[in-house]
Amino acid sequence: MKIAVLSGKGGTGKTLVSVNLAAVALDSVYIDCDVEEPNGHLFFQPKDLQKERVTVKLPQADPELCTGCRTCVNFCKFNALAYIKNKLIVFNEVCHSCGGCLLFCPQKAISEKEREIGLIQSGISGNVRVVSGMMNIGEVSGVPIIKKLLQDSRKENKNVFLDCPPGSACMVMESIKDADYCILVAEPTVFGVHNLEMVYELVRIFQKPFGVVLNKCLEEENPAEDFCLQNQITILEKIPFDLELGTMHSNGQIAVRKHPKYKELFLNLLKTVSKEARHETASDT
Amino acid sequence: MKIAIPVDNNSMDSSVCISFGRAPYLLIYDTETEGSNFLDNSAAASQGGAGIKAAQNIVDSGAEAIITPRCGENAAEVLKAAEIKLYKNTNNSIRDNIESFKEGKLSLLDDIHPGFHQHGGK
Repeated sequence: MKIAVLSGKGGTGKTLVSVNLAAVALDSVYIDCDVEEPNGHLFFQPKDLQKERVTVKLPQADPELCTGCRTCVNFCKFNALAYIKNKLIVFNEVCHSCGGCLLFCPQKAISEKEREIGLIQSGISGNVRVVSGMMNIGEVSGVPIIKKLLQDSRKENKNVFLDCPPGSACMVMESIKDADYCILVAEPTVFGVHNLEMVYELVRIFQKPFGVVLNKCLEEENPAEDFCLQNQITILEKIPFDLELGTMHSNGQIAVRKHPKYKELFLNLLKTVSKEARHETASDT
Repeated sequence: MKIAIPVDNNSMDSSVCISFGRAPYLLIYDTETEGSNFLDNSAAASQGGAGIKAAQNIVDSGAEAIITPRCGENAAEVLKAAEIKLYKNTNNSIRDNIESFKEGKLSLLDDIHPGFHQHGGK
């Protein structure tokens, strides 16, 4: 089962939820898709690290062969190519590496070169295989890294927990594409509701089964909970606003490995999610 | 000499468009013949890279200078490679800017922004 954890903004508790769920599951894989700022590995401190470069392909034209017909320039929907003064200019950040220019060039003048945009690091931490995507500083999109992360994870038959990037843009869409179930984490504020709405809309567009984890819950009014009740959204768990939990998390400790109280909380959450996900799958057939 | 201006409509009474890459029309004005030609800016509806495509359109038109309120990095790179000079407009009137250009009163646009890339709206 592949479970994606997402939220409309950073700092809501995606990493708290996904790290603790992976740690409490018997045998699992934790994948950090927040490639701009992966921090899951700081909790797990994985051993036996393996690193793999992630590259994208960029076109380059052979000036000897290029006749300036501009088939490639006209083809490129992203406008990554320009032809100026008998020379093809390639905009690396705009290119989506689709390879179309190469296919359509009548002169076969275009070849591809590789450019490194980040790496994938994997290791072991107890019962968890920890995989992190890490994007190089200055890159514009981590989508190719997430694609590679998920491609590798397709071979897994264990429970996979995807710690998604914040927000609801391309990188999040890429992360949840394969997921069997989505957990939306929400904060008990009006701003929290706004962020929740963004990911709520996203999972509905992607037609993913989902439920909400209300994080940092106080005794007081909870606008995020009200939103769930109004929209008949399943509330999977309410995690209390708890100084001890917050302190452990900010010290890079995994709560379920430190304290039975939290082990129970996240075990319950895992059970609920498994049940919900199975229920959704069953009702689909 | 041909100069290019991103404009809101295909008329000399139109105004200079606030956007370079996504301007609906590109005016190509010939300072010698005083002829004007309005190109449909095919880049305006692009998903991305509008500046690059608009710049390519301008290069292809044979213009040697551009009057624009602003220009993004990628477009500037194309224009630089084509050795096209960028001038900053003084107001919204096409005619005023052309007059100022002819009199050498426009200053070069040196403030190249990093591009909006869907964050700044159209």
